[in-house]
Amino acid sequence: MSAAPLLQVEGLEVSYPSRGGLVRAVRDVGFALGRERLGIVGESGSGKSTTARAILGLIPAPGMVKARKLAFDGRDLTGLGEREWRALRGRRLSMVTQDPKYSLNPVQRIGTQIMQTYRLHHRSSRREAEQRTLEMLERVRIRDPEMVSSLYPHQLSGGMGQRAMIAMMLIADPDLLIADEPTSALDVTVQNQVLRILDDLVAERGMGLIFITHNLTIVSSFCDRVLVMYGGRIVEECAARDLHDARHPYTRALVAAAPELERPKAELSVVARDSAWMS
Amino acid sequence: MSDAAPVSFPRSLRAWLADEAPASQTQARLGEWSRVAQRLLSNPLAATGLAIVVVLVLTALLAPMLAGRASPIAQELTQRLQAPSAAHWCGTDELGRDIYARLIYGSRVTLLIVALVAAVVAPVGLAVGTTAGYFGGGVDTVLMRVTDIFLAFPRLVLALAFAAALGPGIVNAVIAISLTSWPAYARISRAETATIARSDYIAAAVLLGAPASRILFRHIAPLCVSSVIVRLTLDMAGIILTAAGLGFLGLGAQPPTPEWGAMVATGRDVILDQWWVATIPGLAIFVVSLGFNLLGDGLRDTFDPRSR
Amino acid sequence: MTAAPAIAVENLSVTFTSGRRRIVAVQEVSFEVARGETFGIVGESGSGKSTVLKAIAGLAPASNGGVRIEGRLMSARRSKSERRLLQYVFQDPYGSLHPRQTIDRILREPLEIHGLSDRETMILSALANVGLDPRHRFRYPHQLSGGQRQRVAIARALILAPSLLLLDEPTSSLDVSVQAEILNLISGIRRTRSLTTIFVSHDLAVVAHLCERIAIMQLGRLVEILPVQALRRGQAREDYSRELIAASRGYVREAAALAAALAKPPEGVR
Repeated sequence: MSAAPLLQVEGLEVSYPSRGGLVRAVRDVGFALGRERLGIVGESGSGKSTTARAILGLIPAPGMVKARKLAFDGRDLTGLGEREWRALRGRRLSMVTQDPKYSLNPVQRIGTQIMQTYRLHHRSSRREAEQRTLEMLERVRIRDPEMVSSLYPHQLSGGMGQRAMIAMMLIADPDLLIADEPTSALDVTVQNQVLRILDDLVAERGMGLIFITHNLTIVSSFCDRVLVMYGGRIVEECAARDLHDARHPYTRALVAAAPELERPKAELSVVARDSAWMS
Repeated sequence: MSDAAPVSFPRSLRAWLADEAPASQTQARLGEWSRVAQRLLSNPLAATGLAIVVVLVLTALLAPMLAGRASPIAQELTQRLQAPSAAHWCGTDELGRDIYARLIYGSRVTLLIVALVAAVVAPVGLAVGTTAGYFGGGVDTVLMRVTDIFLAFPRLVLALAFAAALGPGIVNAVIAISLTSWPAYARISRAETATIARSDYIAAAVLLGAPASRILFRHIAPLCVSSVIVRLTLDMAGIILTAAGLGFLGLGAQPPTPEWGAMVATGRDVILDQWWVATIPGLAIFVVSLGFNLLGDGLRDTFDPRSR
Repeated sequence: MTAAPAIAVENLSVTFTSGRRRIVAVQEVSFEVARGETFGIVGESGSGKSTVLKAIAGLAPASNGGVRIEGRLMSARRSKSERRLLQYVFQDPYGSLHPRQTIDRILREPLEIHGLSDRETMILSALANVGLDPRHRFRYPHQLSGGQRQRVAIARALILAPSLLLLDEPTSSLDVSVQAEILNLISGIRRTRSLTTIFVSHDLAVVAHLCERIAIMQLGRLVEILPVQALRRGQAREDYSRELIAASRGYVREAAALAAALAKPPEGVR
């Protein structure tokens, strides 16, 4: 972990106006990220995906984002214009989402999309971009990069599509990658392959990774540190290996509620929601 | 026995409809309708369309009150082609009849034709379409080819044929219009049914042992109704214009029954000097068609699940 | 004398044809489920596990082989009485309830179809059995949460008192905490009603929690059937099974540990 944090978040708030009043999706969220694997775990409605999108400036109006501090590599992210965001996104901060079908352009070939992404951020000839694309596809363990490069997204299986998306999101060599449930739609054997690719890429490039998931097994085995979110707040922050000894009652309840393959449980504890957690 | 304890006043109607935990099937259903109505009325154009349709219905129902002493059929040849005045608000036609009264009573004819057509085409179209969409295969092919046959007929030509065969009149006009309109509803229902039939809740009904007729009637058809209603309101404009067209050709309502289309036809000859005879009923046709169109658009937006 | 198994799948194959394409979803699968047993089927996408379940329920036609329920061979067309024996809970709580029917109406439907009387009491007790407040009775599905909808689906499946219950990934689209509630509910119901149950899932931990014996499927074929203790310990005969179990344990960073997890268990440990 390097000295200066890659990402600093303090007092992040995201709210949406609705018919019943203001909905606070993210409340007073703060954390620091170095060049490490940080997991954010929570159930639906906990605000984890909204946090990620707020960091990337992807909350559309009428959503409102406020933060006491939101800095990437020392640079203030609040109040950036669209042009400045475009220079940052893809090049220094990137995001991988759950379903490649929603992120990949369905009418463009894979190779074309990845090349375009590269040329958007680096001045290079077409041939060089092509070369880089093939290299990147090899990096994500795609065995026949030339063939896959000529395919359209719908022709790829789930795991391949995810790897193509990772290739596209990492080709411009960003420092920070946010992965929002990247393996949730994949089979468990494919999940581990994709996780290994992410792991190797993050390690060799010294990137910071924010890994968002609802899956406790993955977060405890893959990440270094974990943030647990509930009702828009962070309720727990701990090392991934200490997840089973967590302090906050919600985290303990969540861990107790999940069935485990190796340890049989007679009955799964039900999370008794305490309204105090929301205050 | 299924109703809960009677609603106690002074709890307002609005609160009862908006109750999050309805106590009876009726309360639940009315609550859902009121939510739909609220969504519809929040759209100003749709509200306008609805207002126009409501005015049409009220005019037809309250015609005697609105027309007062003026009679739609009394002729007064000394008062022919009078311009609009205090005595005759919309002037008189070539036979001295009060156009205002004829306009008011004409709304009854328009509404009658529209209601009769709707009452025929919607159920027939739903029945044919849902059956074709659910069973598929041979049943679907046969029913769709039958639908195609009826689609091939142009509305006005068929109406002329009917008039020639059975004589002119409102009922025959309704039959002619219905025969050429129902295929569209069969098509809509079939397309919706094909999608609905693949869902888990239909599979669940099959697993419970429901016979096909029950599934079609109680599970699938109710889901197609909103599309049919939207299509109907949008079609109303066309139906009104067709009826007016038939009236114009002398095939619809026969004199002396006031019918807007026929009124436009007779006013044709004097349109340059006595513009009100043709223009005023023409405006009525326009406004009512517009009203149905706006309402139909509004309903379509309301029922569209994407805008939820 | 052994009684006929509650469910016997005999050399079942299911092939889907669309135009010229033939997809073999299930290929020559055979297994038996004893009365009162909870049997699990796990597999990844394309394994055919859901198709097997649908074939047992009569929702998918068998292109070869067959299904016997309590000894009787079933055809795709089932009679009303046959339908009462066997019920099904679908994966998607958002799609298995009719969107325009209240919960009351949804639960009343099976009672009306089979001409059962005393509907008021049966509906109220069905709601109570799945832990649903009677306040929800006249609500529409879109007013309920995913977990509540799944409870309604289970209530609907149980209201006819079937002896066989098929569950197709009933908790896959639910949060962990809601999944825990539903799994506890299913455990409880299974105990009180001594149902024969088949539970399909892609999640080994969930299946191991509920089931006594588990079948592993891959690409339409049955790989092997394991008792739950063997599954938990990773003692499988087939390579694919071990791979699946190892993968389900989570991500393993060190290569050596990964190799150890995939290795064949030493002889004698069975």
